[in-house]
Amino acid sequence: MTKTVRIGSGLGFYGDSWEPVLASIQRGGVRYICSDHLAELTLAILQKDRQRDAALGYARDVVPMLVRLWPAMRERGVRFICNAGGLNPEGAAHALRVAFGTKSWKARIAVVTGDDVLPRLAAGGSGFTHLFNGAAVDTVRERLVFANAYLGARPIVDALAQGADIVITGRVADAALFLAPLVHELGWKLEGARDASDCNKLAQGLAVGHLLECSGQGSGGNFGSLQAWQAIPDLAHIGYPIAEVGDDGAAVITKAPGTGGRINFDTVRQQLLYEVHDPHAYLSPDVVLDMSTSTLSDLGDDRVRMTGASGRPRPEQLKVVAGFHDGHKAEVTWGFSWPDAWAKAQTAIAMVKSQLADRKVPHDELFVEYPGLSSAHGAMSPPAADLAELNEVWVRLVLRTHEKSAADGFGRLFPWMGLSGPAYTCGFHGLHNSGELLGIWPTLIDRASVEPNVRTEIIET
Amino acid sequence: MKIRLAEIAHARSGDKADWVDFGLFAWNPAGYAVLEREVTAETVAAHFAPWMPGRVDCWPLPNILAIKLVLHDALQGGGARNLRLDNLGKAMAGALLRMTIELDENELAASRAPRVGWWPEPSSPTP
Repeated sequence: MTKTVRIGSGLGFYGDSWEPVLASIQRGGVRYICSDHLAELTLAILQKDRQRDAALGYARDVVPMLVRLWPAMRERGVRFICNAGGLNPEGAAHALRVAFGTKSWKARIAVVTGDDVLPRLAAGGSGFTHLFNGAAVDTVRERLVFANAYLGARPIVDALAQGADIVITGRVADAALFLAPLVHELGWKLEGARDASDCNKLAQGLAVGHLLECSGQGSGGNFGSLQAWQAIPDLAHIGYPIAEVGDDGAAVITKAPGTGGRINFDTVRQQLLYEVHDPHAYLSPDVVLDMSTSTLSDLGDDRVRMTGASGRPRPEQLKVVAGFHDGHKAEVTWGFSWPDAWAKAQTAIAMVKSQLADRKVPHDELFVEYPGLSSAHGAMSPPAADLAELNEVWVRLVLRTHEKSAADGFGRLFPWMGLSGPAYTCGFHGLHNSGELLGIWPTLIDRASVEPNVRTEIIET
Repeated sequence: MKIRLAEIAHARSGDKADWVDFGLFAWNPAGYAVLEREVTAETVAAHFAPWMPGRVDCWPLPNILAIKLVLHDALQGGGARNLRLDNLGKAMAGALLRMTIELDENELAASRAPRVGWWPEPSSPTP
């Protein structure tokens, strides 16, 4: 007797829409929603929040989202798993408890902590070299602002076993959010998975998670093609992907009836390879996935069957994503119109460079691109047929500097040129647009120094 | 004859640290045979060289009629320090689809139709 479980995609990033999630709960027959709020960059944003207010540092959309979804979830017994805790899962749970308290809603919330490894990287010593280029962490150690290990499915499985309605984690691997309810419901072996049968199930579960972790991008959103994207129906009312997964690991990807978007061979495989490097070894904390044996069968009517993923035992080390201060930027965009739009833009750029030199403004780079002309594809853009005849040219000038004051002052180089520069400009935009740059430091850490510190705490509202 | 990849393939790009990765997909097995012949680490590196002269890794995936590509050193060190408007390289799949490939007329016709996936009328795209 085959047992199956239906899981649905939650948000695909901090700021995503949750109305399609409501459709999956109300009409998609899901038992679980798994929601990924954390991209590499998101932790950098959350770190700035936490600097301003120690109670923050989590993806704040989790509160209004769950206030919206909870009545429909409670009615149907749907459970919710998310990594919206970011750098402060306890803070997220506290905010949620307050919000639910004002409505007298009762829920069991599990909080998963233990992914913060900043003290380990900041402590000094060897190790933690850059995963891609092998550089020593000493080059950035003083500038580190966060460092979190990607945890696997285990703490979420434990939380579900303890009856949690809502699980809030920090930096859990995106796809592990989805693998966890499959392990819990279908009784798959997790830590002890060594043989092909066990590993292949986990690999199928990981592939399902990977297909669902980017919300609408798994159901026709962002479908990248010449002309075919126009055939994706009703993106304005897109349904996020849903997976029905059997205890043997076989899965059908679909979406709620009556929603827009498209689930077919093409939209599913575009997402399967998204942000994957070696497709024979897609690493996760729980299993190593080989996609080269996967089969996608298009069943029609927004249903695609996925089988055949191969798994190998999980890696000994966990991936860490760390961020470090990497200077400042300031950007101004300036438009010029016909006649001589291109020539005037070149004169204007020279005027900016002249001022940077005259004032000895410390900077590493003045980056210049032309939105509307070549910013998307750079030197690979087709040559403008006749630069001299362009109706308008927009120039985006971006200063990279290690001096905050240089970035903050960049906008002051421009206003006087409104009267003393080239004619027929379309105005300056972003004169006060300066900000901090962050470098990302991917590295590895031993499981044994992380996993003993992972905690799952249950809070009742 | 020479055509752009966009005529017979679709693609998505994403980022990890300083790498941009691409999934490139044929519409059917005939198109995949052309991709496997024309799209290699060397030809893709040569295509991007005027703009992003980084190393390219390439993995053919006949099971899903796809080529997986990774372009190194493509994001000024990473999305959070990249000064470009497209700091995550989301638009770079379009730049890949600009690549010129060589094929004959029969291969072109066979690569465009029929398509493997479910594209029901009346919304079916016309290639």
